[in-house]
Amino acid sequence: MVTEFTPISAALGGALIGIACALLLVLFGKVAGISGLVKSLFTPLKPDNVWKVCFIAGLLIAGIATSFIAPELLEGDLNIPSWLIIVAGLLVGVGTSLANGCTSGHGVCGMSRFSTRSWVSTCVFMLVAVITANLIG
Amino acid sequence: MKAITSVFLGFIFGLGLIISGMTNPDKVLNFLTFGENWDGSLIIVMAVAMGIMMLAWFWVSKKDSPLFGETFSLSNLKNVDRRLITGSVLFGLGWGLSGICPGPGLVQLVSLKMEFWLFFASVLSGMWLAKKI
Repeated sequence: MVTEFTPISAALGGALIGIACALLLVLFGKVAGISGLVKSLFTPLKPDNVWKVCFIAGLLIAGIATSFIAPELLEGDLNIPSWLIIVAGLLVGVGTSLANGCTSGHGVCGMSRFSTRSWVSTCVFMLVAVITANLIG
Repeated sequence: MKAITSVFLGFIFGLGLIISGMTNPDKVLNFLTFGENWDGSLIIVMAVAMGIMMLAWFWVSKKDSPLFGETFSLSNLKNVDRRLITGSVLFGLGWGLSGICPGPGLVQLVSLKMEFWLFFASVLSGMWLAKKI
């Protein structure tokens, strides 16, 4: 589906993401990596990890609130067959697990820290994603 | 207090994903795919978020502890190893196929569409599998 270039809402959304990550770091010394937060759901809940579940709950609440107030903002579909959705999901799960991060942890939080691992990871997953999307699309 | 604040920060993060359009797989795929439908929005999202985070890291570099907490819990991994590269390649494949990464995947669960639940269940399965490797 064709989408429009939306620089203003992109900048606004990017600012909100940046502010949330920055506050989490400055207030509590934690890094907002979503794949890491999700992965922590597999370990028994310790007091140290309660904030992770809370952060995930916040993400979901943002979605729920939007679905009531401005549901059109949540439009979007996975226009690929179910078996490919499963393959893609498995790849994302295994990949972010091995790499210890995804677009948020390595991309937003790690690259801004000038972490070599994050720069390498982000460049690799971006390049592979571009090649994959162009071959499939 | 930390719990409530974390819910709030997750909420802000989620709103950011939604407002920027990153919860729409087509918008991400149109960034990744070159052609007449190319949509550069994603790069602006990343650049602005990274810019703000750079300021936060600069602040961290001058401090011994966060405002509310004993220490900064940061990764001290340094090595670019095979695990990192393999993981990044696999993640890139999955992201390029679907146009959706873990954050937007979580948020889209609320749309109650079967496809997003199937995707997220597969992500969880993948994470579980990776623990076995």
